Amino acid sequence: MGEAKFDNPTEALLARHNAPRKGSDWAERTRHAARERTLGMGAAGRRDEYWRYTNPTSLNAFETPDVEILQLEEVPVFDGVEKLLITFVDGVYSPELSDDLSGEGLEISTLEDALSADIHWASDVFGVLETNGQSPVNRPFAALNTALAGQGVVIRATGKVSKPVALRYCRENTTSDALIHHVIRVESGADLSILENGAGASRLNTVMEVDVADGGSFHHLRAQGRDHTRLAMTHIFARLGAESHFKSFTLTVNGRLTRNDVVIDIVGGNTKASVAGACLGDGDFLHDDTIFITHDAVNCESRQVFKKVLKNGATGVFQGKILVKTGAQKTDGYQISQALLLDDDSNFLAKPELEIYADDVACSHGSTCGAVDENSLFYLMSRGIPRAEAQNMMIVAFLDEAIQEIENEALAEDIRARLLGWAERHKG
Amino acid sequence: MSTQESIAKDGVDAETVDAVKTVGEKYKYGFATDIEMEYAPKGVNEDIVRLISSKNDEPEWMLEWRLSAFRRWEKMTEPKWAMVNYPEIDFQDIYYYARPKSMIEKPKSLDDVDPKLLETYKKLGIPLAEQALLAGVEGAEEGRKVAVDAVFDSVSVGTTFQKELAEAGVIFCSMSEAIKDHPELVKKYIGTVVPPTDNYYATLNSAVFSDGSFVYIPEGVKCPMELSTYFRINAENTGQFERTLIIAEKGAKVSYLEGCTAPMRDENQLHAAVVELIIQEDADIKYSTVQNWYPGDENGVGGIYNFVTKRADCRGDRAKVMWTQVETGSAVTWKYPSCILRGDDSQGEFYSIAITNNMQQADTGTKMIHLGKRTKSRIVSKGISAGKAQNTYRGLVSIHPKATGSRNYTQCDSLLIGDQCGAHTVPYMECRNNSSRIEHEATTSKVDEEQLFYCRQRGMTEEEAVALIVNGFAKEVLQSLPMEFAMEAQKLVAISLEGSVG
Repeated sequence: MGEAKFDNPTEALLARHNAPRKGSDWAERTRHAARERTLGMGAAGRRDEYWRYTNPTSLNAFETPDVEILQLEEVPVFDGVEKLLITFVDGVYSPELSDDLSGEGLEISTLEDALSADIHWASDVFGVLETNGQSPVNRPFAALNTALAGQGVVIRATGKVSKPVALRYCRENTTSDALIHHVIRVESGADLSILENGAGASRLNTVMEVDVADGGSFHHLRAQGRDHTRLAMTHIFARLGAESHFKSFTLTVNGRLTRNDVVIDIVGGNTKASVAGACLGDGDFLHDDTIFITHDAVNCESRQVFKKVLKNGATGVFQGKILVKTGAQKTDGYQISQALLLDDDSNFLAKPELEIYADDVACSHGSTCGAVDENSLFYLMSRGIPRAEAQNMMIVAFLDEAIQEIENEALAEDIRARLLGWAERHKG
Repeated sequence: MSTQESIAKDGVDAETVDAVKTVGEKYKYGFATDIEMEYAPKGVNEDIVRLISSKNDEPEWMLEWRLSAFRRWEKMTEPKWAMVNYPEIDFQDIYYYARPKSMIEKPKSLDDVDPKLLETYKKLGIPLAEQALLAGVEGAEEGRKVAVDAVFDSVSVGTTFQKELAEAGVIFCSMSEAIKDHPELVKKYIGTVVPPTDNYYATLNSAVFSDGSFVYIPEGVKCPMELSTYFRINAENTGQFERTLIIAEKGAKVSYLEGCTAPMRDENQLHAAVVELIIQEDADIKYSTVQNWYPGDENGVGGIYNFVTKRADCRGDRAKVMWTQVETGSAVTWKYPSCILRGDDSQGEFYSIAITNNMQQADTGTKMIHLGKRTKSRIVSKGISAGKAQNTYRGLVSIHPKATGSRNYTQCDSLLIGDQCGAHTVPYMECRNNSSRIEHEATTSKVDEEQLFYCRQRGMTEEEAVALIVNGFAKEVLQSLPMEFAMEAQKLVAISLEGSVG
């Protein structure tokens, strides 16, 4: 933290960022409350139960990390998809690199514009879902984001949206500390897809608040940036109404530290939610999925499917929870977390929790960890497939259960190609 | 047990009230023995620690050990991470030492023990005579012997079969006797598995433990009979702090059972025990517990707070330990029998059934620390929750980088009976090499309506049917218990769930 002028590390954390452009009264009130909330809970530390496996020191550090920008020659992910493109460079919205903020079935604006409006629907969502998600576990980086983020988009889907909204996070500066905050509302019967890709900053902190009304559908697909030493701390806070649909999938390939928090509150009956992820890490890499799904309505289904492939000392963390509240009968909760360790130096640390207060439920979780199965490898090799290639086939097959959670087949194929690409580059 | 029926259960018709009332009475061991007691003054301070030490005629080093634990304890705070809620315990409002007056002069043999005490144990089904079998067990093999150490409040009343065991080289006695008669063994091993600094309750225990059992099985000896300790809390406002130490030398083998009960009282009583197991090369300890402390009544009044630290250290290669526990009693249970698998190829197993009914709360599980190569562990935990009870499995499996080729299998299943209770699973899995494998499975479900219907059709009452289904659910664990306990445990499962069916 280094800076002696602050009384405590949390103040230093807040002081790291410039104040955003001033918004209207309601927005400033929300920001002020978030600031107080951040100071109240303090910075994340190793002694916090949900930071026991991931050291938050580099996320808390006052100095912005210097991260080399990865130059890629391959076709960027989601390139072939027709989309509404919105670009952020080092965490700042770039109108030049973005499409017009309009689309069929969509109301869309920047966060700055929405927060300066005196009356805006976003006031019911901005900072509200994040606050709900602070209990029972504190998420200080999310509160900090609400307090200080000036960049992001505010999207309201009112009907069937013809093409996905793609949020692209580019980098030009080797040192940048970005706070991005998106507010999304999917109205009753509407259907919205969001694509996200890129590293965005040398240290990125994002919050996406998603309010899905009764009968709404939300699809989220994300490919996090591969810049080797970048740090990322992301949050999704979702509130799901009755008969709604929520799907989120994240692909993470390299990066020094990634912490993805997903907090879902199912408040209406007959809802389906799925959160999935595939991650591949080689070397100095830590990837942490912390998922918290609360069932507070009857007859809902939730799925958590996370797969990690780790080598050369990479660490995978999974902390997942299904909380079934009293009265949330007929809940079907499923959770699986698995890791494939390609060598003896890699680690998998998992805490898959169930907390259940209703009796007519079927909840299960499974978690496994181990090496590539030698018998299967032998089988493939005996069919003339070289060992390294056989191993890659097994890696891709292992991750496929998570990929299958993606509804759009074309996008799933795009993700599969990226996995194979990684396996080829990191062969042997 | 449809929602409708459960709502009906909450109604206030007379029949329901009567049915619920009988539940509290079902605790068979709730009687108190009227016996003259000698107490240490209430509360805990250095003088009380000195007093307990002097009552046991302990050497100076033991007192110093206790005092240093006490000084540390004063600086510690109670752990809050478990999913249990109870009013703050006033640690100064407890008697830390209570012994029957007839025990002031230690009886020379069981024949000299106060008949009232013997009667108490007889009533509990644990006759302290050197007879072949525990009472009430039918159909057990002829000639099976069980040696018993009976602990009554703060002191050991007597230990059976000591002579026969001594002939085999086995030392089985109370902890206080061991400190006097085998100080070199106690000094060498006490606190080496659960250090006095381990946790709040273990540290308190280290300071004020009054008695407990001590077992030493020399190299190559297979203990000729089952050993058991029966813990009884009788005195009011008294905490029981016992300490058990079992050492199995190279190639030794022993099966140890532990049972516990307490009278029905409106006050909560504290039980904070420490159990240490030391297992050398090729040795094998099987440790079984049937915990049936008074659970409190249906409104959560009274009952034992059971805060126990149990740990086994597999020091030698191929050492083996098996923990089996049936937890049906206590108002609050906080207990994690653990295994440190230090020796190569050592093995740890943990089988648990935890049943909570009414207002009971249990937060229990295990830790498997894999340090040696090719170490194996297996965890089977069955949690059953009824009434308004909360039942949590909390466990850690940690495979260290050097513990290559290790293996863990964990299964934890929860069964919910009624819609007012909770079942929770909090496993931690840490795998730090790739030649090891961890597998974890957990499920939560309710008693299957179809199974229930099937049993009801065959003329069973609903309660009988639930007991049968639950016994089936818990079979894997019940089977790993020694026979005497398996029978008792099966009956306990049925009793604990009585009144839980709408």
